[in-house]
Amino acid sequence: MLTLTINDVDLEVDVPDDMPLLWVLRDVLGMTGTKYGCGIAQCGVCTVHMNGNAVRSCVLPVSEAAGNKITTIEAIGKTALGKRVQQAWLEHEVVQCGYCQSGQIMAAVALLEKVPDVDDADIDLGMAGNMCRCCTYTRIRGAIKSVAKA
Amino acid sequence: MNKNSSAPVSPERRRMLKASGVALGGLLIATWLPPMVPKSFAIQRLEEEPEDHELQPPTALGAFLRVGHNGHITLISPKIEMGQGVQTGFAMMIAEELEVPLSQVSVAEAPPNPELYSDSILNFQATGGSASTRSNWEPLREAAAAARIMLIQAAANQWQVSAADCRAENGQVIGPGDRRLGYGEVVAAAAELTVPENVPLKKPEDFKIIGKPAQRLDTPSKVDGSAKFTIDLHVPGMKIASARACPVVGGTLVAVDESRARAVPGVVEVIKLDNAVAVIGDHMWAAIKGLEALEESVEWDFGAHGGIDQAQIEQALRDAFERDGAIANDVGDIDKALDGAESKIEAEYEMPFLAHSPLEPMTCVAQVRADACELWVGTQAPVFARQAAAKASGMPAEKVIIHNQWIGGAFGRRLETDFITQATAIAKQVDYPIKLVWTREEDTTHDLYRPHYIDRFAAALDADGMPIGWSQTIVGASVLARFAPDAVPPNGLDSDAVENSANPLYPLSNLRVRYVPEAPKAILNSWWRGVGPLHGAYVVESFVDELAYAAKQDPVDYRLKLLGDQHPRAQAVLRLAAEKANWRQPLPDGRGRGVAVQEVFGSYLATVVELQIDANNGVRIKRLICVADCGIVTNPTSVHSQLEGGTLFGLSAALYNEITVKNGRVEQSNYNDYRQLRISDAPPVEVFVVPSTEAPGGIGEAGTAMIAPALMNAMHAATGKRFRRLPLARAGFHVI
Repeated sequence: MLTLTINDVDLEVDVPDDMPLLWVLRDVLGMTGTKYGCGIAQCGVCTVHMNGNAVRSCVLPVSEAAGNKITTIEAIGKTALGKRVQQAWLEHEVVQCGYCQSGQIMAAVALLEKVPDVDDADIDLGMAGNMCRCCTYTRIRGAIKSVAKA
Repeated sequence: MNKNSSAPVSPERRRMLKASGVALGGLLIATWLPPMVPKSFAIQRLEEEPEDHELQPPTALGAFLRVGHNGHITLISPKIEMGQGVQTGFAMMIAEELEVPLSQVSVAEAPPNPELYSDSILNFQATGGSASTRSNWEPLREAAAAARIMLIQAAANQWQVSAADCRAENGQVIGPGDRRLGYGEVVAAAAELTVPENVPLKKPEDFKIIGKPAQRLDTPSKVDGSAKFTIDLHVPGMKIASARACPVVGGTLVAVDESRARAVPGVVEVIKLDNAVAVIGDHMWAAIKGLEALEESVEWDFGAHGGIDQAQIEQALRDAFERDGAIANDVGDIDKALDGAESKIEAEYEMPFLAHSPLEPMTCVAQVRADACELWVGTQAPVFARQAAAKASGMPAEKVIIHNQWIGGAFGRRLETDFITQATAIAKQVDYPIKLVWTREEDTTHDLYRPHYIDRFAAALDADGMPIGWSQTIVGASVLARFAPDAVPPNGLDSDAVENSANPLYPLSNLRVRYVPEAPKAILNSWWRGVGPLHGAYVVESFVDELAYAAKQDPVDYRLKLLGDQHPRAQAVLRLAAEKANWRQPLPDGRGRGVAVQEVFGSYLATVVELQIDANNGVRIKRLICVADCGIVTNPTSVHSQLEGGTLFGLSAALYNEITVKNGRVEQSNYNDYRQLRISDAPPVEVFVVPSTEAPGGIGEAGTAMIAPALMNAMHAATGKRFRRLPLARAGFHVI
């Protein structure tokens, strides 16, 4: 039995130690905002925060997540920055199919936490791990910059 | 898909409204919608409604919208939302004619019903071919306008005044003396009225909602993680399944040692199918680990294609040029023109197999019970989905219930039903619902791919370098022949394969276009975003560019000259694109601009790429301009988004993507070896939309179709060399 701290709530789960956090979130805890896309940390749709850092939950064994502070898309709007990023996503009408946007928003919040005055190079570096097959990149860039400027 | 680019057929739709008559009233006015129900609940209620005889006739009005007793409007969307913004656009059309705010409209998914929801352009119930707005622009507004007229009449009757003295505004009927009745208050009486026969539609200058940027109805739930895609669904008692099919198309499962998977914690069941093995678990991790445990013990019969390599497939395509094929168009005498020409130019272009690779992999929730087969699945083709599930479950189609879902990327992939068949076949073997989720590797290796095309051109030129005519031969798989064999004429001519080629934008007095279908071994082919024009625009715009350079003329001027007095809308977008791109301004060495202009999906587009090449074959796209005349625009935000994203979607493929085959197996498996465009590679897309009062054109796939020729023409401008085979990465270039 492992104890996970997810969105400030302690939860006990009885799962294999090597099970990626992604599947614990989705299939055990029913938190489906975090998505599956590749399983090999290539696409970023599974991005969550561990102690404020963006991590790919599809390759993070649940045993490594235990004891750390995990934040998911379901709770990111409770932080001031998370709320601003979500709002910017709506104002810039970023979303197309929307499947990758949980991960994009989680990556963007982590980036803006660390680099509040992001420039294009920071965005290239911080967001390149998050694919969008609808290719909403122009608007993602615009939304992140608008939060940085605000 | 036959994407006839002409305007929607309004007379037929008008007849449909007229014929629907009185029976419609009871349908139009539904009482079952509670106020502001969440979307999922609305869908559930709609589908729970008992089959009513009145539902059966083809009635555009009752099929598309309902007015609740609380005045709330429900759009029953014949098209699924997969990122293109179509459901918001439809809601805007309804709100405009019904005189309600957009916030008063919610959306429910249409069930499979070809009588009610077949697309007038595609000729089946599907979301695709950039047809949605084109085919629904009139019928949806007519349905809403008819409802408005009936609601006004009902209020006028209650007040005992003339309907001519009443009007509708903001969800209310307003009568003499500023009397007001909400739609909900008169809806029951309105239901008893005859549906009006002649429904005048608003003039564009009177639009309050259409043409103004509107926030999409579905996006708030997609930024906070609450939106549910198929992969996110949970139904009571459900388990998770994942499958591995024979790596070779046509192969079958011979044997497997199930015990290895059963030993994995969380594994519930191992299911054997004809061509696949599936593992059911308490969670996806168990299913994945279970499949891995089976890997060594699975024995396949690879069938006829286990030895097929890419080189054999390409050789078969080249050999097909020797066959006659089908003539798509034959004008004048091209043989004579070529014989007598001042000069001739020949070229061959080649386009690879492409995977769709949506980020939400193939997934389907299925339950086969004694009384019914029930599926929750995001599908572009609900009727085909129902047929597939009926066949796999052994149930009659009327016992199959399809709950369509928002889609996390489709790009044509979800017009296919292979994964629905598989999910149903798995569910049939167990007594609980299963959610089938493919791994990314399964999704990449068991796609149905965009055909590999080879095109050969020969042009006869006059002394000025202008074409007297050209011949074009297209070789590639016929998607239509596999997808809808009945839609293919006896000579095998696939209208999709010859789109933008058979009737080129440029008037030519001598033209022959020939198509030779050649289905590759070991690969199945299907529709891919951009469909026919993705191929046709690439080869025609590449070849015209070659002719322009051969004539030592500017590529924009050459195209304008070739268009003559034809296609003023094409000329306008081309001129505007050139202006926005500073086309006339010379560039330093190592830089180049390329252009393409075509009519695609009933819209006119011109795309310009400006790029720079460094000494190490690094390519940087400096500017990417897309100009569109897509007729009347419903939601400008969606049009811009589709042109931006669609263009980059096409760029991703043009730069990097090709699926190849070795030993009958697809060689690529995940995003590490099937690379996609990332934010760091993505140039800003500058979109300009020309104001227009023409009928709406398609936009979801238009940008995608235009980028490859503009990119490759820019590569020629920058290097002086022609790269005729996609993707660009094949020629040793990489994006910086």
